[in-house]
Amino acid sequence: MGSTACFIIVSRNDIPIYEAELGSALKKEESAHQHQFILHAALDVVQDLAWTTSALFLKAVDRFNDLVVSVYVTAGHTRLMLLHDSRNDDGIRSFFQEVHELYIKILLNPLYLPGSRITSSHFNTKVRALARKYL
Amino acid sequence: MIGVGKIKQYSNVLDKPLSRGKQEVSLSAFAFLFSELVQYNQTQVDNIAELERRLEDAGYAVGARVLELLCHRDKGNRRETRLLGILSFVHSTVWKVLFGKVADSLEKGTEHEDEYMISEKELLVNRFISIPKDMGTFNCGAFVAGIVRGVLDGAGFPAVVTAHFVPMEGQQRPRTTILIKFAEEVLRREARFS
Repeated sequence: MGSTACFIIVSRNDIPIYEAELGSALKKEESAHQHQFILHAALDVVQDLAWTTSALFLKAVDRFNDLVVSVYVTAGHTRLMLLHDSRNDDGIRSFFQEVHELYIKILLNPLYLPGSRITSSHFNTKVRALARKYL
Repeated sequence: MIGVGKIKQYSNVLDKPLSRGKQEVSLSAFAFLFSELVQYNQTQVDNIAELERRLEDAGYAVGARVLELLCHRDKGNRRETRLLGILSFVHSTVWKVLFGKVADSLEKGTEHEDEYMISEKELLVNRFISIPKDMGTFNCGAFVAGIVRGVLDGAGFPAVVTAHFVPMEGQQRPRTTILIKFAEEVLRREARFS
């Protein structure tokens, strides 16, 4: 029995620009939709919370059954959101920091339109490798 | 090729580490590039307002990226949530990284609550530019105004940013002022917090 984890990156305009199911548990088709729904519902909470603190890592902002939503907000208000069932705060923080660096490198590409979908397969590979390492 | 020695070759830009940002770019190289940018845009538009808008859009793209990069690199991973915080971030950190020095002054407008001004004796981008009389009030500092707008917009403080020449007595070249007019929602949010 592995861990479930769903990771999305949401741009400033509330459009998801990257999605990945990262858990090591067996893939269940119906729970993928549920994960996305939970993460989108947590966006409201994040919006209010983001303006109360100048820290980037917001820890756990919302709960659903035994799943927890953790959020990391960048300076440009791009939200990295992770839905997970573990309690590994430090691992999650390191994961977010590494993905943040990857996101900055993607953003610095002058041919990348900020707010558009991230289509790089290399980025996908690296995010999954980071997930295996930290989550 | 100059400078190729034992540089590690990375297969993808995502693997390269983010640079620590101690590189400097030659002013003349930038001046040539910027002059080409202005000349190219001049051929694409029919009027001054459109030219100013295009320069601003070019700056906006820079501002959005500069915000993320500097927050990660120079600010120790902290976001700005207050108006004065983001203004002093633009006035010091952004200016220092882009132009090598902090901006000359940051003032609050006296007539309107939502106006702030960043002034500079001579904007770096205008150093080798003189505006012909028939172009009226056109200012290539619109590029810098676009950068500031990109930074403010990205951080969640939407504003209208414009660049103006302000003649000073006793000086040949006029001073440049970047005028920042914040949107309603920014002031409302600031009032809620203070």
